Amino acid sequence: MSEATSRHPSNLQHHFADMEQQNDSGIFGMWVFLITEIMFFGAIFAAYAIYRSMYLPAFEFGSRLLDVKLGTVNTAVLIGSSLTMVLAVHAAQTGKRKALVFFLLLTMALGAVFLGIKSYEYYTKWEHFLVPGLRFSPTEALPSGVTVPNLEMFFCFYFFMTALHALHMIIGFGIMTVLVIMSWRGRFSPEYYAPIEVSGLYWHFVDIIWIFLFPLLYLIGGRYT
Amino acid sequence: MSTAAVAPPPDSRVNYLNANYGFRSWLLTTDHKRIALLYLMSITVMFFIGGAAATLMRLHLITPEGTLVQPATYNKLFTVHGIVMVFFFMIPSIPAVLGNFLVPMMIGAKDLAFPKLNLLSWYIYIVGAGFTLYAILAGGVDTGWTFYTPYSSTYANTQVIAAALGVFITGFSSILTGLNFVVTIHKMRAPGLTWFRMPLFLWAMYATSVIMVLGTPVVAITIVLVALERLLHVGIFDPKLGGDPILFQHLFWFYSHPAVYIMVLPGMGVVSEVIAAFSRKRIFGYSMVAFSSLAIAVISFLVWGHHMFVTGQSIYAGLIFSVLSFLVAIPSAIKVFNWTATLYKGSISYQAPMLYALGFIGLFTMGGLTGLFLASLATDVHLNGTYFIVAHFHYIMVGGTVMAYMAGIHFWWPKITGRLYPDGWARFAALLIFVGFNLTFFPQFMLGYLGMPRRYATYPAEFQVLNVMSSAGASILGIAYLIPLVYLIWSMRYGKIAGPNPWNATGLEWKTASPPITENFEETPVVTEEAYDYEHMPPMPSSAELAGEGDAHV
Amino acid sequence: MSEHIVPVRSYVLVFLALLGLTALTVGVAFVDLGSMNTVIALVIAATKMLLVMLIFMHVKYSSRLTKLAILAAFFWLALLLTFTLSDYFTRRWTPSPSDWGPSISQPAPLKK
Repeated sequence: MSEATSRHPSNLQHHFADMEQQNDSGIFGMWVFLITEIMFFGAIFAAYAIYRSMYLPAFEFGSRLLDVKLGTVNTAVLIGSSLTMVLAVHAAQTGKRKALVFFLLLTMALGAVFLGIKSYEYYTKWEHFLVPGLRFSPTEALPSGVTVPNLEMFFCFYFFMTALHALHMIIGFGIMTVLVIMSWRGRFSPEYYAPIEVSGLYWHFVDIIWIFLFPLLYLIGGRYT
Repeated sequence: MSTAAVAPPPDSRVNYLNANYGFRSWLLTTDHKRIALLYLMSITVMFFIGGAAATLMRLHLITPEGTLVQPATYNKLFTVHGIVMVFFFMIPSIPAVLGNFLVPMMIGAKDLAFPKLNLLSWYIYIVGAGFTLYAILAGGVDTGWTFYTPYSSTYANTQVIAAALGVFITGFSSILTGLNFVVTIHKMRAPGLTWFRMPLFLWAMYATSVIMVLGTPVVAITIVLVALERLLHVGIFDPKLGGDPILFQHLFWFYSHPAVYIMVLPGMGVVSEVIAAFSRKRIFGYSMVAFSSLAIAVISFLVWGHHMFVTGQSIYAGLIFSVLSFLVAIPSAIKVFNWTATLYKGSISYQAPMLYALGFIGLFTMGGLTGLFLASLATDVHLNGTYFIVAHFHYIMVGGTVMAYMAGIHFWWPKITGRLYPDGWARFAALLIFVGFNLTFFPQFMLGYLGMPRRYATYPAEFQVLNVMSSAGASILGIAYLIPLVYLIWSMRYGKIAGPNPWNATGLEWKTASPPITENFEETPVVTEEAYDYEHMPPMPSSAELAGEGDAHV
Repeated sequence: MSEHIVPVRSYVLVFLALLGLTALTVGVAFVDLGSMNTVIALVIAATKMLLVMLIFMHVKYSSRLTKLAILAAFFWLALLLTFTLSDYFTRRWTPSPSDWGPSISQPAPLKK
């Protein structure tokens, strides 16, 4: 990569020997960070598995109170944003500046749609008194005479997991904004696009978390009854 | 000395300390060596805060009724001592100070892979420490450093949220340090520096970083759950609301048991370096010692249930955790035996770093062996929650980690500052620490075996003799820790000039000037030999020679 | 950079496969397969994850080191899950002394 080094010396930080070492370190660093994220979410998934096995009826009932149509649409939207993100990386690799900016903006737009739908879902849960700790009184959501012990536990996990996921998306938004500005100014080239690649890894990871949250929260609750 | 002739005295040339001056040049630095010194100052402050709490506790326990404070205050004292010492001193101690300083130098790099992230980790540490100090000043915390639920999440009326946030935040500092080391050791090694040519300190730092990266996120999210539960009164760990408090302990110890090895593995790395240098031999069984570090990192994640034998944990899980806990003894014993085998027929010199390292081996062995009592299901029922536990983990943490930290600070102090400390005082302090330590904690083994429970502000009168012994030892220990503080600071200005390699030690860090230049090396070094090639090094200079060599420069 | 450039066609194919798997997992959720519902949902989710990781995140073209690091992460996640769950799934194997009474009771069944 000596050619790249000579053409873009300003992108090479002083403590790296060459661009290849810098890029490798950046990408590997992001993977190590994603490993910490796997463990971060992993602890919640472990707790979820334990309480689900303890309070299966409540968790299945709670799952059926979620809107599976909105969940499915959101899954599709997020998968779409992963596609546009990977197309942005492709545009960077092939040096298409305008396509890069376009796909980054499209990724952000799809992310915004996801968060919009998620907010609407939160709003309906608020309306139905299903927000644990703040506004929880599930009598309205249940048929009369029915009580579901430990339903609050399910919604604790629903809100905590989805909110943590949404927080990661919002952080992703901040990163994307910086990337859009940098791309617009032509900071990236086929020789130097590691920030796009690394941010892409992060965005796809957030997508993967949702790929698991969707069935765990929305689907495996005995929908067929 | 040939090495003395090569390098001119440090004041005649630019180094990382005098390259530029002023607060900005320190607070905005990305130089790993300066960040190491920022950490050194911060954790020293925290060490003396935690130490003050311990001193007050020991003074209180001189009489059975307690002399000094109310029981509620006593609870806050041991909590402060635990939180500050574990999260703000031990965990960052060797990695963030010596690791930050040495990892890039030992692998022949100019800096860590992510210098800005490194600075950020220090700021995160400071913010976390700020929250914790606020919690102390705003009334204290009384949950113990373990934050056990449901007491911490539901019943405690103290500053739990602030303290928990402090621990949560400082966790990210440790994650970023670990991430930086893993990437740096993988990607930034100098030409020729293969994995099996690396000094064992690097293997230890690598294993430590793996634990930091994989474990810390779990405790971070668990602490968030406790804070949320307190804030919103939801019941994730509250049995009244269907939660399981034992789940908290599972998630907490998933990190906090491996965290013991975050604290002690770096110490093992330091001891490997010091033992090799002061017995002038290659570490016996180098690759076994290297692999045992990785083995400890893996096995440490399989044993956390031994903290929970007397909770409602399933007895079958307890059995498995007990068996696996015994496995940790194997890599630990490999290290101890290989260090002692290194000493065999070595030409040993007993300067301060070596005294600390030898202290480490003895005290760590005692701490480790008493751990086996606690890994056995039946004896643990008797010993759990007594002073036996307190003595056991202090032998590992203070007798092990702090001894190794002191060994490392003394060994690399000439590299860090370019000056030698007064060797006589250093040896005196090392011996005093050893004596004070044993007088403090050995009686606690006996107290615990006799059944004195930990974390109580009062005790039956028959335990007084041993308690007075322990408190007397603590006073000695307290003073002994102040001595190095004084002479190390003194040496920064008045110490003899050290020269690039005062110990005639191997390793890339000794091949550059003391203190090093900002970029560490004039040109990237190339490694052609294995670590610890002491056969081809001149002998260790005696204390008199060291002092004389310094005079020659002045 | 010497990265492998994946053709756009592969990306679009993966995208379509992900959408198809999403439709499949939603469809299966409405069919009563007993405990297999959970298993199938997780298998489909894992398949989707693999597609995203291998193609979108370029793991297929990454170094052995990256692959090893990812495997290590999943290994440690498995440790966390299996050891924690091993406690919960074996707790009731030990009979409580008869005079303890039903102090640890099963959660009340859902009333319909």
